[in-house]
Amino acid sequence: MNSTPRSASTFGLKIRQQLQRPASRKGDPGFQLDVDLDLPRTGFTVLFGRSGCGKSTILRCVAGLEKRSKGTVRMGETVWQDSSAGIFLPPEQRALGYVFQEGALFPHLTVRGNLNFAFRRVPTIRRRIRQEEVIELLELTPLLERATAGLSGGERQRVALGRALLTSPDLLLLDEPLAALDRSTRRAILPFLEQLPRRFPMPVLYVTHFLNEAARLADHLVLLDKGLETGSGPLTTMLTDPSSSLTREGDVGAVLVAEVAGHDDEFHLTRLNVSGNILLSPDSGLTKGRMVRIRILARDVSLSLEAAEGSSILNILPVEVLDLTPRDPGRVLVRLNTGHEILLALVTKKSATALNLGPGRRVFAQIKSVALL
Amino acid sequence: MILHPDDATALVLTLKLASLSTAVLLLLGTPLAWWLAMTRSRLRPVIDALVSLPLVLPPTVLGFYLLLLLGSDGPLGRLMSVAGGSSLAFTFTGLVIGSVIYSLPFVVQPIRDAFLGVGRLPLEAAATLGASPGDRFFSVAVPLARRGFLTAATLGFAHTLGEFGVVLMIGGNIPGKTKVLSIAIFDHVEAMDYGRAHMLAGGLLCLSFFLLLAVYFLNRRDGREDR
Repeated sequence: MNSTPRSASTFGLKIRQQLQRPASRKGDPGFQLDVDLDLPRTGFTVLFGRSGCGKSTILRCVAGLEKRSKGTVRMGETVWQDSSAGIFLPPEQRALGYVFQEGALFPHLTVRGNLNFAFRRVPTIRRRIRQEEVIELLELTPLLERATAGLSGGERQRVALGRALLTSPDLLLLDEPLAALDRSTRRAILPFLEQLPRRFPMPVLYVTHFLNEAARLADHLVLLDKGLETGSGPLTTMLTDPSSSLTREGDVGAVLVAEVAGHDDEFHLTRLNVSGNILLSPDSGLTKGRMVRIRILARDVSLSLEAAEGSSILNILPVEVLDLTPRDPGRVLVRLNTGHEILLALVTKKSATALNLGPGRRVFAQIKSVALL
Repeated sequence: MILHPDDATALVLTLKLASLSTAVLLLLGTPLAWWLAMTRSRLRPVIDALVSLPLVLPPTVLGFYLLLLLGSDGPLGRLMSVAGGSSLAFTFTGLVIGSVIYSLPFVVQPIRDAFLGVGRLPLEAAATLGASPGDRFFSVAVPLARRGFLTAATLGFAHTLGEFGVVLMIGGNIPGKTKVLSIAIFDHVEAMDYGRAHMLAGGLLCLSFFLLLAVYFLNRRDGREDR
């Protein structure tokens, strides 16, 4: 791994960090972080794992908030930390924006005061993101003169996000920004997050322990467990990789990108175009032409040798079997190629034998439900 | 009822001493409180204990050692005479030094607790927003700890007003120089002049009460606005 030539990662985000917190006498088992990540310099990278796996600690290391960590943090050609050369830039000298779990807004300042705090500290020549732009994007105008104490959870996070953006960062770090919010507020904030990479040309590093959030936002996914990286790659690959720890867990499924192709008003269905194949989902009210992500769970996909007629299942795609991986004593996980994408199906061993499933076999995938993310 | 000129002099001197001591206390106490709140040093409990000593020691003990320290034979006194000055004992400067040490815990503890209450998160947030350590201190830590500063200043001021033992030991009883209210009251009682003693004692009682009332009242109102 270390033999990768330096130039290969010059344009990416390089995070190589080691941090040890010894066990304490009070029963804290201690913690060890040891990761070596080369991440893309654009789009959304999600660090995913259970609480305590070290994902938030990685963000803190990247931000320079963990002074005891050893290693390298390099953003393109800018070195933020290189312990072997004795380089450690303090957080205020790293061009990053950080959104904390519960916002960490300053209670002694108004919303406007919080935004200004960030903006005023950016040298004029480095300012790329203007206040009006952020205020409009995050719909902050009605909040500007309010005290932070009276804001709802969702409003707080919007202000926190705006404040972080106003530092005109080269890298945006988001530490479980939705974790403290209820479901409906989370849904209301997600569209704001989704459009970040399109609106601002900077990479986003996002920490979450919700797979749904990861599936909806991530371009690149990093899996973490007990302070170690257990996988890193493009989201769609990671979600369908049988060797990844993700597909070992309960709700394994593929995520596909679809375009809203139209609506069927009579039956209240939305037509989704997935690389030329049309899938139907319950009417979403989304406008035609919009790109969405959909998730198809492996347990919602069944296989048959013929395109079943007289079935209640609407979505049937011809597919080719790629490989089979035993999951539990009675079931196998089947990887399917639709021609453009990978789907997963969870079927019993008995069915796999009955259908004579094996690599190269052509079958039909019956998709019971398509979830819009 | 009009204040006797001598008592007026004592009152002015007392207010001067309390104001000056409070100013010095805030100047010295703030960095000390900041250090105590932020450090992970093993020395912290030792410094905490030293700062708190005046809370438990009889003022005479403190005054006694200060007298030895500041007197013409003491290390500080000698330093002063080398520098061409005179001994600090029985001077107003000596009183300020004594008051500062005597009232230190009343100023350091509220500020330290207020800094602890601010926590690390707002400071880390400020750092990620580009604020340098000094910037973070003045634009985040101090405003968020303002109630602690208010409490500290009031307690420091009120406590210095009422000091007696330390003043008596190191300041003596020199009208216009070191004779403060508490000493004047003592003198009046000694001289059986209860009328003048009442006027000063009652005045001090009221002043101290209203100062404390102001602190608690402001803290309450502030608290309701904030949370």
